[in-house]
Amino acid sequence: MLRLVISRLVSLVVTLIFVSLAIFLILEVLPGDPAAIMLGTAAREDTLAALRQELGLDRPALVRYVAWIVGILQGDLGTSITYKMPVSTLVAERMAVTLPLSLLAILISTALALPLGVAAAARRDGAVDRGVLVFSQLGVAVPNFWIGLLFILFFSTWLGWFPAGGFPGWDAGFWPALQALLLPAVALALPQAAVLTRVTRSATLEVIGADFVRTARAKGVDKSATLRRHVVPNALIPVTTILGLQLSFFFGGAILVENVFNLPGLGRLAYQALNQRDLVVIKDIVLIFSGIVIVVNFLVDIGYALLDPRLRSRA
Amino acid sequence: MRGSSRIRPNAALVVGGVLTAILIATALLSLVWTPEVPTRVHIALRLKGPLEAGLLGTDHFGRDVVSLLMVGAWNSLAIAWPAVLLGAAIGTAIGTAAAAWKGIADEIAMRVSDVVFAFPAVLSAVMIGALVGSGPLAAVLAIAVFNVPVFARVARGVALQVWTLDYIAAARALGKHPLRITWEDVMPNIAGALIVQVTIQLALAILTEAGLSYLGLGVRPPNPSWGRMLSDAQTYLSQAPHLAIAPGIAIALSVLGLNLLGDGLRDALDPTLRGRSAAAA
Repeated sequence: MLRLVISRLVSLVVTLIFVSLAIFLILEVLPGDPAAIMLGTAAREDTLAALRQELGLDRPALVRYVAWIVGILQGDLGTSITYKMPVSTLVAERMAVTLPLSLLAILISTALALPLGVAAAARRDGAVDRGVLVFSQLGVAVPNFWIGLLFILFFSTWLGWFPAGGFPGWDAGFWPALQALLLPAVALALPQAAVLTRVTRSATLEVIGADFVRTARAKGVDKSATLRRHVVPNALIPVTTILGLQLSFFFGGAILVENVFNLPGLGRLAYQALNQRDLVVIKDIVLIFSGIVIVVNFLVDIGYALLDPRLRSRA
Repeated sequence: MRGSSRIRPNAALVVGGVLTAILIATALLSLVWTPEVPTRVHIALRLKGPLEAGLLGTDHFGRDVVSLLMVGAWNSLAIAWPAVLLGAAIGTAIGTAAAAWKGIADEIAMRVSDVVFAFPAVLSAVMIGALVGSGPLAAVLAIAVFNVPVFARVARGVALQVWTLDYIAAARALGKHPLRITWEDVMPNIAGALIVQVTIQLALAILTEAGLSYLGLGVRPPNPSWGRMLSDAQTYLSQAPHLAIAPGIAIALSVLGLNLLGDGLRDALDPTLRGRSAAAA
């Protein structure tokens, strides 16, 4: 068990180094002169020189890379050129929107997908199964930002039940803040729920066909108990894998949905930073998003080994 | 891997094929004919409802919505196709090479594909947009990058199975070069799986392109795109809610069609794979 954790940990660190190197190469080395990108073609030579000085671009690339990583490990993400404030402060503020939004969306998606998928598999080709198949095909096809737009149209413009966008901040109280996040979270969750429902359905079907399930039924365990005690726990393994992989889709979707609902989250910050060509902020946000995805998938991997003794010996 | 290549039609294949054919036909038709000139501004006719001016009304510049949708279909495919083909070509090369040489090359290829997989396509587009300027090129590259690991995994998975077959072992024993085996024996066997994956990835690419152009990271205005139409529609949501409907339906039907076509093709080409579609998205 310890050996598995250590080997996974090594591979995690190597992956993170690869990712940070790739980001650094794309955003700092390939552009040639990042200062020229940030200020545009009309910039004067002396302002360019000043920015190069400020960003420390006169140092060799390797030194800058190491300085970036060491800074991050110490919680220093550098200073945003456009916001004139530490990126760590910016990120912390925005994280207070994106993190609850993503968690809420994952929660909604799982709460929809698990029961639907299991119910569909329990009676294959039944009415529920057909309905679930239609839901999953449609759900995958509909863009999350369009769902968001339709929600605003129905629930805000016509019914007036929800705010049309914006975020009052957590200081305004728990409920107003949660209310502002609810529609975006559902919009973000629906397409992913459709994918997860299909995965749950096929994983459940696969387990239902297994010998030990037939044995359980043969020795007289009733259908719902078999499902609850034997089928679902086993089907959860592939479902959790997909949920881990979906995290990057939740983050990608957050960039869109936060823009639809005008939420001051990390995704919106990334989008604004692109428009302002703030490479310092873009570099940090891309690393944070991809870093979280990688770390969570690592935890999912380790989580299995803890939950499922059979997986410990492999790896 | 079975010799039989008879295609058995099924409902998904037919419905998906029809929807996809409509999408492609609309895109092609828009090159030679649209009801109105899609870029012509007609302020006197702005924000008209369906049938008041044209079949689906007009946008905030008085442009005909049907014409914009038709050209939007072409622009959507013009980004999605090259992006998926580029990703498929690079990914398949990596995947089949990893399967042919295994060992350390395989390990590196899969590790790198894990790394690429950690980047959502929209985030790649932001990063590539910062590098080359946001626009169609950044959109194509971002979607292509996202597709590389997908095809690398699919190609590797199927190719590994092919490499275990007896006649491949025989070919190796006769001294046939791995590259020739890959080209002559492996590729024909994985072609079916790749075609299915291309169809499904095209659906995802159309969805991503719509998202990128919604953010203004895709096709540049005044060239119309479905995502752009939705972001314009949001500005006039209370005055002209109908503008928010049609582009979304166009996106959803295109994606649905391609997904169904992919599922249908998979079932038709290899019935043993039925029901294992799941995780592709």
